[in-house]
Amino acid sequence: MNIHEYQGKEILRKYGVAVPKGKVAFSPDEAVKVAKELGANVTVVKAQIHAGGRGKAGGVKIAKNLEEVRTYSKELLGKILVTHQTGPEGKEVKRLYIEEGSDIRKEYYLGLVLDRATSRVTLMGSEEGGMDIEEVAENTPEKIFKEVIDPVTGLQAFQARRMAFNMNIPAKLVNKAVKLMLGLYQAFVEKDASIVEINPLVVTGDDEVVALDAKFNFDANALYRHKDIVELRDFDEEDAKEIEASKYDLSYISLDGNIGCMVNGAGLAMATMDTISYYGGQPANFLDVGGGATAEKVTEAFKIILSDENVKGIFVNIFGGIMKCDVIAEGVIEATKQVGLTIPLVVRLEGTNVDLGKKLLNESGLNIVAADSMADGAQKIVGLVG
Amino acid sequence: MSVYINKDTKVIVQGITGETALFHTKQMLEYGTKIVAGVTPGKGGLEVEGVPVFNTVEEAVKATGANVSVIYVPAPFAADAIMEGVDAGLDMTICITEHIPVLDMVKVKRYMEGKKTRLVGPNCPGVITSDECKIGIMPGYIHTKGHVGVVSRSGTLTYEAVHQLSQEGIGQSTAVGIGGDPVNGTNFIDVLSAFNDDPDTYAVVMIGEIGGTAEEEAAEWVKANMTKPVVGFIGGQTAPPGKRMGHAGAIISGGKGTAAEKIKAMNAAGIEVADTPSVIGETLIRVIKEKGLYDKCKTH
Repeated sequence: MNIHEYQGKEILRKYGVAVPKGKVAFSPDEAVKVAKELGANVTVVKAQIHAGGRGKAGGVKIAKNLEEVRTYSKELLGKILVTHQTGPEGKEVKRLYIEEGSDIRKEYYLGLVLDRATSRVTLMGSEEGGMDIEEVAENTPEKIFKEVIDPVTGLQAFQARRMAFNMNIPAKLVNKAVKLMLGLYQAFVEKDASIVEINPLVVTGDDEVVALDAKFNFDANALYRHKDIVELRDFDEEDAKEIEASKYDLSYISLDGNIGCMVNGAGLAMATMDTISYYGGQPANFLDVGGGATAEKVTEAFKIILSDENVKGIFVNIFGGIMKCDVIAEGVIEATKQVGLTIPLVVRLEGTNVDLGKKLLNESGLNIVAADSMADGAQKIVGLVG
Repeated sequence: MSVYINKDTKVIVQGITGETALFHTKQMLEYGTKIVAGVTPGKGGLEVEGVPVFNTVEEAVKATGANVSVIYVPAPFAADAIMEGVDAGLDMTICITEHIPVLDMVKVKRYMEGKKTRLVGPNCPGVITSDECKIGIMPGYIHTKGHVGVVSRSGTLTYEAVHQLSQEGIGQSTAVGIGGDPVNGTNFIDVLSAFNDDPDTYAVVMIGEIGGTAEEEAAEWVKANMTKPVVGFIGGQTAPPGKRMGHAGAIISGGKGTAAEKIKAMNAAGIEVADTPSVIGETLIRVIKEKGLYDKCKTH
């Protein structure tokens, strides 16, 4: 789960990480009010969307007076911002972060991620701040430093110190940088983050070490123990069908094609998309109904697929293990009863309780095309959708 | 022969009184798995499906001599259940549970350092040695006894591959689901190495998916060490970057973890990669024919 920059900075403040003063605003009037309260010589107006690359896309403006704050706020609110992370359709700006300007002397990069190879949280830092860190990693990997963190002891001061020196943070500011890194790590583990990125981290003209941006991503599997984080969720930033699916614990991702897919198991769901594409079709979604799905959940899943008006046909591909084929069949039958079915439906069932599942579908009177294998089903649905 | 588990493996079901666990306990017993104990804290002294239930894994081990456990405990308690199994000195614990917070698994991995227990999973279908022992949630009937090892990050794709092999008369030695989480116990190399050492396994199917670099590392290992043919498949060839494809571990981020990179690395290690999951069986058969192993692998 992602949150906005201003929400990330709120969390950082609580962990003693220095961030510039600022507040969220939903209208130009509010923006001006916040700017007045801040009373800074220079105010930054920052578009809040769940995507990076806002600066380059014109989503960050420097205002020298309150009039400029108003002008930029009007300009940004409601604007569709297209960055390299939003895709060509862009994202509408609905919130602004109004922040005091910082006297930036130098920009750095700091991040915490899970390193899969070591199964440890890893601190990453670089002197090359403000840039796309992926590019830095690609072109000059020697400029990125890493500290692998033992979960028993957590990030140690000597590690943070070594990182600060490696990043060439001025010697007299190293202790401030250490404090910031320790706070950042504490926030990461206590809130079950999966990524925290500060890009840029800056050293200012008045010798402060400050987080100028804050990108947080949280482990969806741990949200059950962080009600405060769940409250930060911004539904405007998410696909409506994905929100609906998440209510039923369905793993659903919208795609651009026209063949709806309902599959059990993430691997099989991905492979089903691959197979549809292999035979010249285009999947409309990724959908893993999961292991413990009930007929009710399957019904909801089916409805979500049908709510996508691009969908011209549906392929149900089930290899039951923990998931039972009869449960899938019941769900499909119930859903089509509730919402009707006017488009082709191809069903491939295999695995636990397969005979019972096939029997239910056969006796349902529904117009279902049966498939013997994943390839057979993919070819049939691609043929039917045309 | 086989890897990890066989007809003598004595199994504990952790969380045995849960609905899913009960269903699969029945299925495992029907398959012939020696389930000697169940554990549910507070339910010690009960008996379910003829299996005695204990309050702790330690008690269950002492009373029954069990050496392997399978975990169906809900995600918030699963990491604790794994560590309990490790503490009890089990040879192996297989964690079926999905949605375990990743930082819980980071702690589990740290806890396991220097201890003898092997963890398989979490978020996996389990391990099965055909006709001997089934531990997990896979449908037993698709498996047939034979000489092809299967290792996979995806449960349902494992079934897909096994089903194709069985239909073509190619039995399997052991199938191991290593799970779809970013932090797991047993990786591809562990299982490939075990298959390499198993005299009864003649060829291996390896099924990966997008995210991380486990497949690339495995490919390197295969190139340097593997004496038996390996064929593969990678799921998620058409997945968009930045989207988590169900499994917590299946995400292309920072331009890393793409299917194309993995396939390239596998091909470079001499691993033939099937274009679609439907031809995993065909691909394996073609390769073992080329290597003169088909007759030895054809079991029925």
